[in-house]
Amino acid sequence: MTALWIMRVLLSHWMRHRMQLATLLIGLMSATALWSGVQAINQQARTSYDRAASAFGGGNTAMLLPGDDVTVPQSLFATLRRAGWLVSPVLEGRVRIGERSVRLIGIEPLSLPRDAGPAPGLSDAKLLQGFLSPGGQTLIAPRTAADFGWRADQVLTTESGERLPPLQLAPDLLPDLLVADIGFAQTILRQPDRISRFLIDPAPGGERLPLAQVAGSQLRLVEAGSESDLQRLTASFHLNLTAFGLLSFLVGLFIVHSAIGLAFEQRLPMLRTLRACGVSASRLVSVLLAELVMLALIAGVAGLACGYLIASALLPDVAASLRGLYGAAVPGQLVIQPQWWIAGLAMCVAGSLVAAAGALVRVLRLPLLVSAQPYAWQLSQRRWLIGQALLATAILIAALAAFRFGTSLLTAFAVLAGALLGAALLLPVLLNVMLRTGEAMSRGPVALWAWADSRQQLSGLSLALMALLLALAVNVGVGTMVGSFSKTFLRWLDGRLAADIYLVVPDPNRAAGIEAWLRQRPDIDAVLPAARADVRIGGEPVELFGLADHATYRDLWPLLEARANVWDGVRDGRSVLVSEQLGRRLGIKLGDRVRLPTPSGDWIAEVGGLYADYGNPKGQITVNTDQLLQRFVAAGRTRFGLRVKSGAIPEVMRELESTFGLGRRDLADQATVKAESQRIFNRTFAVTSVLNAFTLGVAGVALFTSLLTLGQSRLPQLAPLWALGVTRRRLAVLELCKTMLLALMTALLALPLGIGVAWCLIEVVNVKAFGWRLPLEIFPGELARLLLVAMAAALVATLLPMLKLGRMRPVALLKVFADER
Amino acid sequence: MLKVSRLSKSYGLPQGTLSVLREVNLQVAAGESVALTGESGSGKSTLLHLIAGLDEPDSGEIVLDGKAMSGASEGDRAQMRREKLGLVFQQFNLIPSLKVGDNLSFQARIAGKLDFAWLSELAGRLGLADMLDRYPEQLSGGQQQRVAIGRALAVKPSLVLADEPTGNLDEATADEVVRLARELVARSGCALLMVTHSTRLASLLDRRVHLTAGQLT
Ligand SMILES: Nc1ncnc2c1ncn2[C@@H]1O[C@H](COP(=O)(O)OP(=O)(O)O)[C@@H](O)[C@H]1O
Ligand SMILES: [Mg+2]
Repeated sequence: MTALWIMRVLLSHWMRHRMQLATLLIGLMSATALWSGVQAINQQARTSYDRAASAFGGGNTAMLLPGDDVTVPQSLFATLRRAGWLVSPVLEGRVRIGERSVRLIGIEPLSLPRDAGPAPGLSDAKLLQGFLSPGGQTLIAPRTAADFGWRADQVLTTESGERLPPLQLAPDLLPDLLVADIGFAQTILRQPDRISRFLIDPAPGGERLPLAQVAGSQLRLVEAGSESDLQRLTASFHLNLTAFGLLSFLVGLFIVHSAIGLAFEQRLPMLRTLRACGVSASRLVSVLLAELVMLALIAGVAGLACGYLIASALLPDVAASLRGLYGAAVPGQLVIQPQWWIAGLAMCVAGSLVAAAGALVRVLRLPLLVSAQPYAWQLSQRRWLIGQALLATAILIAALAAFRFGTSLLTAFAVLAGALLGAALLLPVLLNVMLRTGEAMSRGPVALWAWADSRQQLSGLSLALMALLLALAVNVGVGTMVGSFSKTFLRWLDGRLAADIYLVVPDPNRAAGIEAWLRQRPDIDAVLPAARADVRIGGEPVELFGLADHATYRDLWPLLEARANVWDGVRDGRSVLVSEQLGRRLGIKLGDRVRLPTPSGDWIAEVGGLYADYGNPKGQITVNTDQLLQRFVAAGRTRFGLRVKSGAIPEVMRELESTFGLGRRDLADQATVKAESQRIFNRTFAVTSVLNAFTLGVAGVALFTSLLTLGQSRLPQLAPLWALGVTRRRLAVLELCKTMLLALMTALLALPLGIGVAWCLIEVVNVKAFGWRLPLEIFPGELARLLLVAMAAALVATLLPMLKLGRMRPVALLKVFADER
Repeated sequence: MLKVSRLSKSYGLPQGTLSVLREVNLQVAAGESVALTGESGSGKSTLLHLIAGLDEPDSGEIVLDGKAMSGASEGDRAQMRREKLGLVFQQFNLIPSLKVGDNLSFQARIAGKLDFAWLSELAGRLGLADMLDRYPEQLSGGQQQRVAIGRALAVKPSLVLADEPTGNLDEATADEVVRLARELVARSGCALLMVTHSTRLASLLDRRVHLTAGQLT
């Protein structure tokens, strides 16, 4: 009963300080919303990777993969079964239907391991029956069908004229996927008697012969549970998102911390009275805890609702960039799991407890008698600053160690986090030095007071200023990285997309005719045949890319480093070019020898150059087209790049369409491809810029609330000045200048820090995450713009509290002098 | 020096208006020190605030050195406060972020009336000479109040207004502070109007006025 009454006494404070309550709730809400929003997106993506991994032989099923080649003959199936291997064959490929290229998976439903296969779609007996019927069925997820405008029972025809079994909607199936019986798939994909992989049934079988004895080097075993390609590729993307979410959460906690600090400050007399009336310290703290948890739960639920909205708003962009960057299919519709709610609320409550810890400890230690001495700020500030400096140094040293000795992506992020945290802790120390210098140089008494008072205010404002510093530094850092990337990317696109028109002839039989037609045209300067093939190197899928030997590539190909006369070596098949990220992953250096398995035996070549291949998750090796076609006969000379006389591009495209019936999907001009690449690029970073803006906004709110709360507790310091003859308006202007000065100093410190963050992102995080390195470019215009935005945010945050001060009724100031304070 | 005539002030309360001062008249001559006594809540602070121009009266006139404080604009009132008045409160109201020396000279400097000789004499007489580099929080209560008195006198005001300046001090310290204040006021030729509870302290000054029922007797 008493506890309830104490609670009522405590809550009465909020009734009289609604703004403060709102601040506290807003802080908790925005922290929870941003964090949980990002988590929802990550969770969604991870769930779909997991489903992808558990479907038909993703990483969750043990399987046998071809050793060197891309597929193996079907005869191995029977051999394996006879040798005691409980396996199920899968064939995978892409089919073109209309404008689309869709993944088609052929399965053998009866031998499919229970945990791998039937799950998505075939668990239903009725479905299975239809699937096994003579006409067969093609399974598709209902959403995908809707997206593509296909209906159930529709019979699709591929571009090469093959008919798929009628469509059947399978609710649990992955998006962007067609599933058919392997027999149909072999016909449709024109891979008769070929298998992409065997899934291994985990059910304990009898004895089985060693794999090498059964299949030689044709197959290799991949254990279940090893990380899927998608998981590995997208890990850094999600780590980025998580880092952002965590940062926003921390900035939000700054707000909560200052709001709670103020509330405790103001309730100190009340708490003292309660203690004097016989409420024990532990009792008081437990009621305060209960109050805090209650508020946190209320704000947490609201924050989660906002987080849901944020996530649903961002998800389409995230899904688009995951698809564009990694080819990962993530449904654009948010599905929320119950754990998300629980984790979000727990995070909110834990965060507010951390933010309130200091205040709670103070209540535990609250002296019952008020000492006549005013708060000894001078001494305590010294101690505080020394503590901050020591902690910052320790963190910076740890970050340095992580930079020096760390190897993983996680340590790269640790370096980043350490640098940011250390710098934030160091901020008040640096500001103190600056203000001391200003104080020493100032002349007039009011200026002197302004400098000295700013120094005293530092402890109250420092959290908000730290939040501002962090938000700005991250903005500068990410902005600089994206800017550098964008500039490099555009230059690189110019090199990669050197031809004016790209042409893929769908029917190999007609390719030679079309090539001859192209070669005799006067408005076409060069016909550059290209080719591609897939191989595996060191267990990793690698794309072989064939280029014609032509000045276009010799001049423009984005080589990072190369040997002399590299292009002659490439033409003769002695040399190959390796993409930067593949080189980094496999530890290949210039001059090393690589072994490329081809259908006509191993191709051993020297690495003549390394080139930039931004945004491609797959490893790539570039060779000469003719050399490639000699070794991969099946690949076909069907791809061409055309150099066309300026102005003739539309004409050539039109004639190709009308003469050979080539469609838009077979033909692309450089401008369109570039625009498309840029669109994907921009979309990828749209999410980043939205989160950037959010973080800055939250920092602005933090500054605003700190100022608002400080404004109230600072009356005793301002009232004497007013009594001594400084007008309220002058006081307000002074306060405004002081805060703007602090914000400006902070922003100026944030610029070098932000560039440091960009350097860290580019030189450490990117290299570890993606395997490529970018040149760091600094954009002074962008920095100036961000500085302006930050100052504008600070001005807005400062203005309201200052207007309040300027308009304050003398009565409020007089209260400071009342004896009964 | 100071002439207060027919000064009235009332506060609007939810229960009705509360008349605190009813046509109060008061004159203080240069060099004179006056004690203002009265029960708690009788309106002593209100009167002082009105004289200092911190608040505005309902009616009546306050003239300081021939200039009307009542009815002046806020800027003019601030200027008069800076230049003609020294204020001392029960809470010492020093500026915690400035050192003692800067606190001492603060008002004189914003009034543009800095006089180093006078300032060092003040510091010497107030016994603060070797504490100028400390921060207020490093002084005792009596020392802090002496800084506040020094700050008020440094500007060489016409009138020092003190509102229970000894309320936070023990008896011996209070006596010493009031004696010092009176001596320095006499030395600089300005007037002193001091609110106090204590008849003992009131007897240390030249004259005593008592506020009851909104009227001075
Ligand atoms: N801002 C105000 N609003 C309403 N009433 C006030 C206000 N300030 C003072 N009073 C009332 O005016 C009376 C005189 O107050 P005050 O001058 O502070 O008394 P004293 O200083 O003599 O103790 C008191 O009854 C007090 O409650
Ligand atoms: Mg009083």
